[in-house]
Amino acid sequence: MSARLVWRKSLNIVMLSLTGLCAVLTVSALFFILGYLIWNGGKDLSWNFFTKLPAPVGEVGGGMANAILGSLKLLLLATLFGVPIGLLGGVYLAEFGGRTVPFLVRYTADLMNGVPSIVMGIFAYALVVMPMHHFSTLAGGVALGIMVIPTVLRNTESFLRDVPRAMREGSFALGANKWKMVATVVLPAASRGILTGVLLALARVAGETAPLLFTAFGNRYWSPGWTQPTASLPVIIYTYATGPYQDWHRQAWAAGLVLLGLVLVTNILVRAFLTRGAAYERT
Amino acid sequence: MSVSAATSAAKASAQAPAMSSSGVSTLRMKVTKINFYYGKNHALHNVSMDVATNRVTAMIGPSGCGKSTLLRTLNRMHETLRHTRLEGEITLDGVNILSLDVTRLRRMVGMVFQKPNPFPKSIYDNVAYGLRINGHMGRLDDAVEKSLRRAALWDEVKDKLHKSAYALSGGQQQRLCIARALAVDPEVLLLDEPCSALDPVNTAKIEELLFELKPTCTLVIVTHNMQQAARVSDSTAFMLNGELIEFSATGHMFTTPSDPRTEAYITGRFG
Repeated sequence: MSARLVWRKSLNIVMLSLTGLCAVLTVSALFFILGYLIWNGGKDLSWNFFTKLPAPVGEVGGGMANAILGSLKLLLLATLFGVPIGLLGGVYLAEFGGRTVPFLVRYTADLMNGVPSIVMGIFAYALVVMPMHHFSTLAGGVALGIMVIPTVLRNTESFLRDVPRAMREGSFALGANKWKMVATVVLPAASRGILTGVLLALARVAGETAPLLFTAFGNRYWSPGWTQPTASLPVIIYTYATGPYQDWHRQAWAAGLVLLGLVLVTNILVRAFLTRGAAYERT
Repeated sequence: MSVSAATSAAKASAQAPAMSSSGVSTLRMKVTKINFYYGKNHALHNVSMDVATNRVTAMIGPSGCGKSTLLRTLNRMHETLRHTRLEGEITLDGVNILSLDVTRLRRMVGMVFQKPNPFPKSIYDNVAYGLRINGHMGRLDDAVEKSLRRAALWDEVKDKLHKSAYALSGGQQQRLCIARALAVDPEVLLLDEPCSALDPVNTAKIEELLFELKPTCTLVIVTHNMQQAARVSDSTAFMLNGELIEFSATGHMFTTPSDPRTEAYITGRFG
């Protein structure tokens, strides 16, 4: 074997190993985080954790039920505010419009995706908290809702565009006008993809902390209704992790595990759901 | 694709042609000197054609001659594309179709496409779709059964109406699309090469179906297959480069064509 051939073969092996190592490192980061969370937070998970309010420091039997419920309420509000706007905007981009307006809408949506979440929080603060003169679940929901819009919009547009033209023509040929065609054929055909996009967007905002710091703020107790400040998982993790008590630190680990678990389970279920098979024949 | 096969088929179909002077033949649709543009491309040049009631009118010609374009103007499907322009007059029962509400027109003039395009719904919901969106009064079940019977598909699917339409074979899907189009009881049914994606057995089934539909429906069919045109149609239009070269009774066109270009095409010298 010539020296050149030896060099080429060794280079090949070195690059393969290097790229393989980087791939493994990337994946192992996730497993490392997960493992660390399970190790540190697993022992504090109990029935109490999910059902009781936080107890005074040092007392046993407390939980984070208010934070879990608070996060769920915030996600519900985010869905109510963000999903219809994103969905119908996506319908507009895919079905109607010419060249300039859709281009501007798409570009703006992509820019919005890049806005730091804390800035979104400030915006919701100015929009909701200041007129109301206090923090509220509503404000937190608005902040998260705005963050959901660009993702849902682009995702909806993408899945609607994937619906074959032949299907739309079939609907037109039966006497449907444009809106009926979209509502009765195109949206149902794309519904699976759109739904998974919505769930993924929600899973992403579930862990956003910065916008909630000055909109939903936080609460040691239950937060009935929608106009009171509320606890939420990400904020309570922040508060407890930076607090002085060991008890709090342990609970923060457990809360982190719950939050990550929720996000992971959603992602896995969504991918399993989406790849179960195409809803229609793709031409 | 031999000449003798086509001509013998044409002689066998001894239907009363649309242009015959014996008896009154009504015109369901009339196309008068239309010009059609895709952007700057002048696709149809001064085309005029008659569509006789309860007869089959076929359009033949080489690829790109404009026969599908012409077909799609009949139910204004060209309006679903941008930058298209239609000049001239097309009438349905004497009424200019451009003055009708387009959704109403498309209920009266239905279309079946080249590749079967059932919706991702059940067989029942596919057939019922047209009825539902047009606000059908009366029992849907009966209307769906009637359409499926007319499309000669009822016996094959009556036990699995709620299964997905994609569970059917290609030929069955095309018949389902025909049933779907028939459900709204159109006066005219346009078929754009309905058998080109099907095998000969399914093609024969659909041709037989067209024959059965004729008494209750006016049919316009675009086909690449000259023998098919000779088998099923009463009148045939030959098109070339966006012009209608010849339009006459099928028997006449395939035995004694008037234009030399028609003769060249049907004898296989080009196309």
